[in-house]
Amino acid sequence: MSYKINETILLPLKTDEDVVRLRKSVRDNLIALGFSLIEQTKMVTAASELARNTLKYGGGGEAQLILLSDFDRRGLKLNFVDQGPGIADIELALTDGYTSGGGLGLGLSGAKKLADEFELNSQPGHGTTVTIIKWRLS
Amino acid sequence: MERIPILRMGRLLLVTIQVDMHDRLAMTLQDDLTSRIVSDRATGVLIDISALDIVDSFIGRMISNTAAMAKILDAKTVLVGMQPAVAITLVELGLTLEGVSTALNVERGIKLLERGST
Repeated sequence: MSYKINETILLPLKTDEDVVRLRKSVRDNLIALGFSLIEQTKMVTAASELARNTLKYGGGGEAQLILLSDFDRRGLKLNFVDQGPGIADIELALTDGYTSGGGLGLGLSGAKKLADEFELNSQPGHGTTVTIIKWRLS
Repeated sequence: MERIPILRMGRLLLVTIQVDMHDRLAMTLQDDLTSRIVSDRATGVLIDISALDIVDSFIGRMISNTAAMAKILDAKTVLVGMQPAVAITLVELGLTLEGVSTALNVERGIKLLERGST
């Protein structure tokens, strides 16, 4: 983990409209970094899923957009942070189709599939942070 | 309150989604479509998503739910204009749109719906 952080953007995730704004911001940053349309679509979709989770299950929180550069590649890292109830059974939460809220249960597992890197940190009573990264060779 | 307009063409309902919908707007659309199927005695619903550059699991579920409700009300649903990048992402996401027919564009979608109605 020795890449450089070029810029960090913080966006609140407190309302439905915030999720729309987040999608746009992620899309704009991916375009600026030169990602292809398909890569953009996958990452924005993943971001949308995670942003919704933060809002719906995490009681609201924030997204951190971090522009990364490595010696031969550039990337976008997204952190979705909330101070909500946390996830008790992470493995269960990551299972395709598992939902605690009447959704499709594809959000977390989907985001993991659509991004290049995925990390989830959560503890009951201590909130949740989900991180995804998409890289492109420069 | 903002709403996505629903147009009527004979016994068909046409919706073109041209904005990046927030979740509440998507739910309102689902409710509006269901109400209109009943009030207009529609036999088909055409949902044009050619302007959508992402379809996530929430919107996917909204579309599936709408199709399921339409079916119960004896109407068929066709989704048209899915962008290729969206199709690829939906497959990777594992999101199958159950009970939803697809067509390339509005014209073909309408033909599909007209063929299906008796």
